[in-house]
Formats: sequence, structure tokens, C-alpha cells
Amino acid sequence: MLEVLEVSGLVTFQDSGRHGFASFGVPTSGPMDWFAHHAANSLVGNSTNSTVIEIGLGEAVFRAKRNCVLVVTGAGYEVLNYVWTFPLWTSFFVRAGWIVHIKKISGGNWAYLACAGGFEVDSILDSHSTYLRGVLGDSIHAGDILQTGKPSNELLKLAAQNFPVKKYMVYSQSPVIEVIEGPQKDRFTEQGNQTFLNSEYTLSTSFDRMGYRLEGNPVTHSAGADLISEGMTMGSVQIPANGQPIVMMADAPTTGGYPKIANVVKASLPLLAQCETGVSKIKFKEITVEEAQIKYKKISEVFAKHPVGKISEVL
Amino acid sequence: MFKPLGDSAVLVQLGDKIDSAINQRVHALNALLQKNSIAGIVETVPAYCTLLIHYDPLILTFDQVKRWVRDEMTQLADSFHRTPRRLEIPIRYGGASGLDLETVAAAKNISIADVIRIHSEREYTVYMMGFTPGFPYLGTLDERLSMLRMESPRTLVKAGSVAIGGSQTGIYPLDSPGGWHLIGWTPLKLFDPTRESPFLFAPGDVINFIPFADDHA
Repeated sequence: MLEVLEVSGLVTFQDSGRHGFASFGVPTSGPMDWFAHHAANSLVGNSTNSTVIEIGLGEAVFRAKRNCVLVVTGAGYEVLNYVWTFPLWTSFFVRAGWIVHIKKISGGNWAYLACAGGFEVDSILDSHSTYLRGVLGDSIHAGDILQTGKPSNELLKLAAQNFPVKKYMVYSQSPVIEVIEGPQKDRFTEQGNQTFLNSEYTLSTSFDRMGYRLEGNPVTHSAGADLISEGMTMGSVQIPANGQPIVMMADAPTTGGYPKIANVVKASLPLLAQCETGVSKIKFKEITVEEAQIKYKKISEVFAKHPVGKISEVL
Repeated sequence: MFKPLGDSAVLVQLGDKIDSAINQRVHALNALLQKNSIAGIVETVPAYCTLLIHYDPLILTFDQVKRWVRDEMTQLADSFHRTPRRLEIPIRYGGASGLDLETVAAAKNISIADVIRIHSEREYTVYMMGFTPGFPYLGTLDERLSMLRMESPRTLVKAGSVAIGGSQTGIYPLDSPGGWHLIGWTPLKLFDPTRESPFLFAPGDVINFIPFADDHA
């Protein structure tokens, strides 16, 4: 059980997403950085789909009401406990009464706080993910008491597990984001397609869980920017009339009406999610569907193959 | 006809315009695929002339999904008929939740009574859903009522508002911003996550508007 002492920015519960209602217009939601989300759960012995707290664009302070094991993953944050700093991607034991401060620093946007046993939140439409625009769940407020479930093992066995994150995901502020060509690639000039793949983009100040607006050389359409609305996914890169790419993120609407030049692959989504406004220099590289799926499988194996919560022992 | 949308979705293109016959085919294919779903298919999103199929790349490949859909489509041509669900939607035209009824009448140079008659005498298909949870895109609207979207969207449109945007009409399920012209209101709740059926509509449904007057509005 955790008590929320202070909170700022966008702090919500997220499991691995809400599936089965996209045809009714309900976004998938789930974590902005699925890799950090899954890793956080694995490190404290939870199933990868368990509910964690996503901390974005702000910070949070909690007090443990009981002894527990926590972990924080992601990028752009540090974890303070009075005068000590806990490393990210390493589970730690917290005694009842201790205060844990998840503090924003540079290098990313989103942190994931998992607790051994998972957070217990009401399920809405078969998911514990918060989708604020659709009023599915609520953000986390100061004063909230957060209930947690039963850990899968003794606390001392779950603490001090760490994750060799660099082996699987190299967070960077100058990432090469891999994409698959979009269904409307032919709605752009040859020059437009070249511009998209050969320029450097920055993240504008307009970004949230719904989408990231990028800034850079404009991508030119060959047949206008209006498309009959059709389904899209997290990672879809839409190009509106001004030629500046918008990458759809976790709370992306289920459908969209701008041509899609490309789609970011699952393996690259965490890297893009952690790009910072005004700092990051983003480049895109086209790969095939087969290549993308092999990469995704390789990363996912770390969560599927090993006993959950004992990652550091088996690697 | 089959294009990848990233590494975990396939876009099936059945046409390239907003057309009732093409959209019927989308819903028929969607119903067929739902009936005969296979492991690894996450969900499907029907739209005007496309069907997006989300799949789990740890279970299926792009080629496997393509092959599955192609096989199913051979049945679609001859044997598969879908009977759409029909719904009647009470609507109060004008008043506090139909602020743009007069504007629409003036812009189209017809009377308010004509707007109401033309809007309510036709049946509509839920071509697709999107924008916010439970929002139905209803078509096709009579040309005589077609209106460009507002230049500056309202920051708050009340849940239940019935509106016109382009050649479509729709109903706002939640209090939300909105750029369509508001002509009326329905007391029905389009979306309630605590209800056994959270959504009033499903893509492919056919609906009729039934006007009612409310003196207490």
C-alpha cells in the first residue's frame, strides 16, 4: 500500500493496454514505453501485463504504508529516498514509512513505478489503463491511497534484481527510429519520401500521450493531405497539410484522416517515446515487416523465456 | 489490397471513396472475420472503405494474416449476407442543444422545418466509429444539409448532441470539444462503461431518428 504525497504532470495507471474496443472508438492506451513497463513488472515478480504507475512530464512522491518492493524503470528520472539515490531498473526494498521521490531529470519523459504484487485498480472495459480524454479512469492525485496485491515471492527475494537494459534497448536523444513504409507512401512525392527518411527531426513542444508532433523539413504530398478516415495504430506517422510529421502514441485515436507515410516499429517505440523536446535529434530508417518482427521477438523473449522476477539470475 | 500498417496490423482496402456499397462490404467482411477469428488476431477496426486488422506479431506473421483474410474473402463474394441491427433514436431538434439549427437552415436557404424533415426522413448507417469512445459517423447525409465543419471548434459540446459535419451526421457520446454544427439532442446514453453493453451503437448498425418535442427544454 502506498500513499501519494505529491504529484505533478501526467501520472496514471497503465497495464499493457485496452484491447477489443477499438472498433467503438476506444484507444488502446497502455504504456508510452512498453519495454520499460514490462521490465518494471518482471523485476518485481509481476506478470508483464500488471498495472504500474506511469509518471510523465512531472514527478511524484510516495510513502510506503507497509514493507514493499518497488522498482522504477524508464528514462529521464531518478529515485530518491532521503539522501540515497536508487538506480533505475533495479528493484529495491522499502520499509513501511519510507518516502520515495521519483524526480525528473534529463534524458527522457516517462518513468514506470511497479510494486511487487501490482497495483489494484478497477477494471473498465477489460483494462486497468487510464484514458483521461475518454474518462476511463482518473489520474493519480496527492492524498490517494494505492492498494497493492500479493507479491509472487518473499520480498527479500524480489529486491535487488536488476535488468541489463542496454542489451535490449539503447535509449538515446539522437535515435535512429525504424519504420515500415506506410500505406499511403504513394501519396507523397519522391522528394517528400526522401525528405522524411534523410532529414533530422526534433520533438515540438506539442506532445502528450496521444501524439508527438515533430518539426523539421516539411514532407510534400503529391495528392493532398485529406484521406478518407481509416484505422491507425500507435506508431502511425501522419503527415498533415503543413508537412510536419505527427507520430501517434499510446492514446492515439483509433482512426485518422491524414496520409500515413510510415509506421514506427514496436522495437523503436520506446526510443521515440523517451525523446525530449528541444534536445532530441530524430532520424528515421526504413526496414521490412519481417525484420521488424524478428527484432520485436528478440526483445520480447527476455520477458517470455525467463522466470519472471529472476531476470538478473538467468542472464 | 493488403498493406502492412507497422509490424502488428494489416490494412485491407476495399475501395477508395465514401460509398454505401463499399462500406457494406467492409462490415460484411468484418462480421465474417469476427465469426471465424484465429489465435493471434487482437481486434479489427472497420472504417469507410477499409478494415484494419490488429494482430500479435509474436503469434502471426503479416503473410499469415493476409492468407487468412484472403481465404475468408472467397466466402464473402457469394454466400455471406449480414443483417444489420436497426435502432430508433429519439431526437429533439433545436433548443439549447441544437444551437446551429437556424444557422444550417439559413446557410442552406431552407426552412427549419425542412432541415428537420430532411434530416429525420432518411435512414443512416454507422459507417465507422471513432473520435471519442462511442461516436458514430452516420451517412450518408442528404446533400441539401451538407455543411463544412466550423472554422473554430467549440471547446465544449454536450453529450447527446446531434450534429452535422460535411456529408455526415453524428452524435457526441461524451462532453467534448467539437467542430460540427449542432442541430439537436438525444436523451439516450451512447456510452456508459458500467453498462453491460457499454456502447449503444456498433459499426454497421442502421438507425432512424424519431423527432420529439420537449417543452421543458
